[in-house]
Amino acid sequence: MLLSMNWISDFVDLSGLDKVALIRRFSLSTAEVEDIIVKGADTYGVIVARIASVENHPNSRKLHLLKVDTGKGLVDCVCGAPNVREGMTVAFAQAGGSVCGNAIGEATVAGYKSFGMCCSEAELGISADHSGLMEITEEIPLGTDIKSVYDIDDIIFEVDNKSLTNRPDLWGHYGIAREFATLADRSLKTPPLVDTDAYNDLPAVDITIAEPMLCYRYIGIKADNIKVKVSPVNMRIRLYYCGSRAINLLADLTNYVMMELGQPMHAFDLRRADTITVRRFETPFSFKTLDGQDRAIDGNTLMICKGDTPVAVAGVMGGLESEIEDDTDSLLLESACFDGVGIRKTSTRLGLRTDASMRYEKMLDPELTLFATRRFLSLLLSIDSGARVISSLTDVYARRYETIKLTIDKAYVDRYTGIDISADQIEKTLVALGFGVVRTGDVFDVTVPSWRATKDVTIKADLIEEITRIYGYDNFAVNTTKSPLAPIRRERTNTDDDRIKDMLVASYALHEVHSYIWCDAVKYKELGIEIEKNVKVINAQTPDHATLRYSMVPTLLSFLNENRAYADSFGIFEIGRTVNGLKDDGTCDEHKRLGIALFSRTEDEETLYLRLRDIFDRIARNILHKNADFAVDSAPRYNWQHPVNTASVSIDGKCVGFFSVPHPAVGSKIDKKAAIAFGELDMEAFSRIEIATQKYVEPSKFPGIDIDLSLRMDTDGLVFGRVADTIRAEGGETLTDVYVVDVYHGEDGDSVTVRMTFQSGERTLSKAELQPTIDKIVETLAKDGYALKA
Amino acid sequence: MKQKIEELKGRFEAGLSAARDEAELDALRVAFLGKKGEITDLLKGMRDLTPEGKKEAGQLINTLKNEVEASITARAEALKNEALERAIREAKHYNPTLPKKTDRGSYHPITLVARRLADIFSGMGFTVEDFVEVVDDYQCFEALNIPKYHPARDMQDTYYLENGQLLKTQTSAAQNHIMKKYGAPLRAIFPGRCFRNEATDACHENTFFQMEGMMIDKDISISNLIYFMKKMLSEVFESDINVRLRPGYFPFTEPGFELDISCTICGGKGCPSCKNSGWLELCPCGMIHPNVLIAGGIDPDEYTGFAFGLGMTRLAMMKYGVKDIRDFNSGNLKALSQFESL
Repeated sequence: MLLSMNWISDFVDLSGLDKVALIRRFSLSTAEVEDIIVKGADTYGVIVARIASVENHPNSRKLHLLKVDTGKGLVDCVCGAPNVREGMTVAFAQAGGSVCGNAIGEATVAGYKSFGMCCSEAELGISADHSGLMEITEEIPLGTDIKSVYDIDDIIFEVDNKSLTNRPDLWGHYGIAREFATLADRSLKTPPLVDTDAYNDLPAVDITIAEPMLCYRYIGIKADNIKVKVSPVNMRIRLYYCGSRAINLLADLTNYVMMELGQPMHAFDLRRADTITVRRFETPFSFKTLDGQDRAIDGNTLMICKGDTPVAVAGVMGGLESEIEDDTDSLLLESACFDGVGIRKTSTRLGLRTDASMRYEKMLDPELTLFATRRFLSLLLSIDSGARVISSLTDVYARRYETIKLTIDKAYVDRYTGIDISADQIEKTLVALGFGVVRTGDVFDVTVPSWRATKDVTIKADLIEEITRIYGYDNFAVNTTKSPLAPIRRERTNTDDDRIKDMLVASYALHEVHSYIWCDAVKYKELGIEIEKNVKVINAQTPDHATLRYSMVPTLLSFLNENRAYADSFGIFEIGRTVNGLKDDGTCDEHKRLGIALFSRTEDEETLYLRLRDIFDRIARNILHKNADFAVDSAPRYNWQHPVNTASVSIDGKCVGFFSVPHPAVGSKIDKKAAIAFGELDMEAFSRIEIATQKYVEPSKFPGIDIDLSLRMDTDGLVFGRVADTIRAEGGETLTDVYVVDVYHGEDGDSVTVRMTFQSGERTLSKAELQPTIDKIVETLAKDGYALKA
Repeated sequence: MKQKIEELKGRFEAGLSAARDEAELDALRVAFLGKKGEITDLLKGMRDLTPEGKKEAGQLINTLKNEVEASITARAEALKNEALERAIREAKHYNPTLPKKTDRGSYHPITLVARRLADIFSGMGFTVEDFVEVVDDYQCFEALNIPKYHPARDMQDTYYLENGQLLKTQTSAAQNHIMKKYGAPLRAIFPGRCFRNEATDACHENTFFQMEGMMIDKDISISNLIYFMKKMLSEVFESDINVRLRPGYFPFTEPGFELDISCTICGGKGCPSCKNSGWLELCPCGMIHPNVLIAGGIDPDEYTGFAFGLGMTRLAMMKYGVKDIRDFNSGNLKALSQFESL
């Protein structure tokens, strides 16, 4: 929102103060100022002058040769404006002057000397109108500096609208002026108002509020015989400087009052709307708003109607039909307070956000409606003295906010601030901001002013903000807390992530990546990966990014694909979130998962596949001090997994993940010559597994014995975990280790060599005494189908 | 005898100079000093001498023995040194300047920044909390004092899911959960991924990281908040940072602040990065709104607290000079593999 210091100065005398410094202070105490623009400083040497004579330019149809009367004599000027005429009073920029930073000098235009420029409003920077010269209609002595006639000099500052979200009272200059008055310790002046009680004997306006929950208050008043069409220049300059544009007097006045007091107003052409009903319609219909658009009106939309005929979308925009037109000379003025939530819903539904709806959304003060009406009339009657009020001010106050009273004491303020703000300072601040304060010693009974009581200030803590922001945060003494020490708890869900990342980066040289929580339909399609049916984002940027990911892997595969040129061999991982459909209670079944994907042109697929096994095993051992169990998964969950080479990862009998090589259809789409493998670990399931106590075994003084068994791998495959379990079960107390030392692929079939280590803490074992145990192991393995290699 | 000794001496010296390594030297030692060595033989030959002769010869032989022993030791030492020198002389010269490409892994820059922050906060007694990404309306809005249709919901474009849940728009969505989990007093940080429905460009991402912190205890004040933010940010930026607060509106704080830090580029003098103001807007913070405490099961009459949010993705961009925010989620290893450690 753009604000004018001239306008603010209507309500508070800031003379003698550094205005830019004040604006900066405002930024630190009230709302963020994004920009400060000094207007008019680069415009000087422009005077009021009269065009004494106009001659056609001999060489140009567009240009004219003028003699301009500056009050001190005639000056030659070449002018191209279409509306130039003899006797016209204009703004004349003299040679040596400047308009909006454009230096004016003596020039030769199409062969003729020119000693200045007659200006349009656009050239003067006071409107967008560049259709012709600005005509000065007031009686002003020639030679007068234009800046002493019009308020070209101003300081405009822009406040971030977002920082005003909670302050309905700051959506007009008057409310902003109250902040400046408080900050500058000066008093706030009430603008000129009309005493509307004088019209009490006139006929009332017929106003009906059919929806009191959606409309707090509706004030209507009629006026006619309005002859002035164009707003005064200074009013137009303010509107323009503040980002609006002048239209006609009545429209300008409603805008002006809105920008001054924050109260949106609407002027209906009295010929089109002379009674008011605030209501909704059951049947949807189309309504043309004054921007010429057809709007779909549904049963929730609050409308302003003349009887059954809608004339405006309440609080959002008027209708084209009842708009003020060139020949309008009578109006019905609306100054109403609608429910902010209702307006917000309508505005969102229509996709139409206006200056009015933006203000109503913030929950405006219903008291403002009367103030604004009286202000509007004061301006109208001062500008058009012939205008006549022809109705009483009709005020339907359907719903009121309750007065909010809060009691605070200095101790409460001290506790919240941690510093000592004096009771006098507290009282002074609250009073300056318009709060009613009854002080008894250090206790303050505070009445919240109506303009802060619609939602903004409701509890004691809200008063703390008022007191501290005016006190100034820069003036705070800073102190540390007195909180007692407490142990820091860090949870497995957190530490496991860190440890796993460290292992993957340090031991396996993997690269951590981040990816989106939704599937990328385009990238998946490229790899032949079907998107799993899953929960969707309803307002995704594109339908291609709507479905949430079920697994970490497909996106990692797309990353492998995109990084093929990065290196011959590399691996990536991510700990991220997946959503696996909905739980019974209808909420998303969210999981934190570790995804890993490996790529290599130098190693084979089996090596990568087994590396994943090693990674998961090491994760389990390092963090849990437990072994992970691996088994072939003959029915892989996803179509991008290899139907044969997929394995499940279990710890303590619980499945916590899988690893796999890609289905050939997917792998070949990435790189026909490269090996790829990937895996996934459910981090939450993993972190729920208890960490085994690390046991210390006194090292034996006696040597151990290694005994190797070569076992045939049948076509069904050998599940090493089961072999190891059997060996451990039969091996007795002295068996200390079981592991694979060799895998042999030969023409006579495949075999695997398992090494068992036996060791006693009390004596040296002999092979002979172990033989019965070995025999028993071999026998049991044979029963399980694992024969010794011949 | 004298003659014998002289002659023996001569042979020893010839042998000594001929010994080229320790083995030969050892053989020499045995030949002269061994049980059956020549000097022992000399001693044996003394039996035939007169007592005076024995005395004289004994002295001579002893002197000889000492000389021989000393010579062998000295020679042994010299040979050892020679061998070492030779080993060094003949050693292969390694070139330490030759690089070898080794596989190194890398961390995502967000992980590195998050760890740094977790370190700082752990040092100040904060727990580090993990939180989900899919939340419900209650967690993201209602419990944060943002009722339905509150204009504050305007500030964030929320990704809504088919089942009525949503992707969390702010880490604050974890506040309620954490307050209920621990109660007061409480010190926690919760880094997390957030989602906003907006078009992406070099400065905007729909998926980014924030880190939120909360401290709740008896008598936590605005003064404490300023102190804490200054200390914490000075740690983060590893220099003495000045902070200033401005009013900021967040429904879940009262009062709420926008916190600016003295510009890290120009030190506060004014530069293009800070639009010549000397200040950079860094993080929202504030005293936790009493309604938020109540929703979290904490009595606002007994406890007060502050909360703050840090844009972790933005911090990472500042720290590493990343210009395009989209690099973070690109999976592009040319960009991401550069972050090997903190």
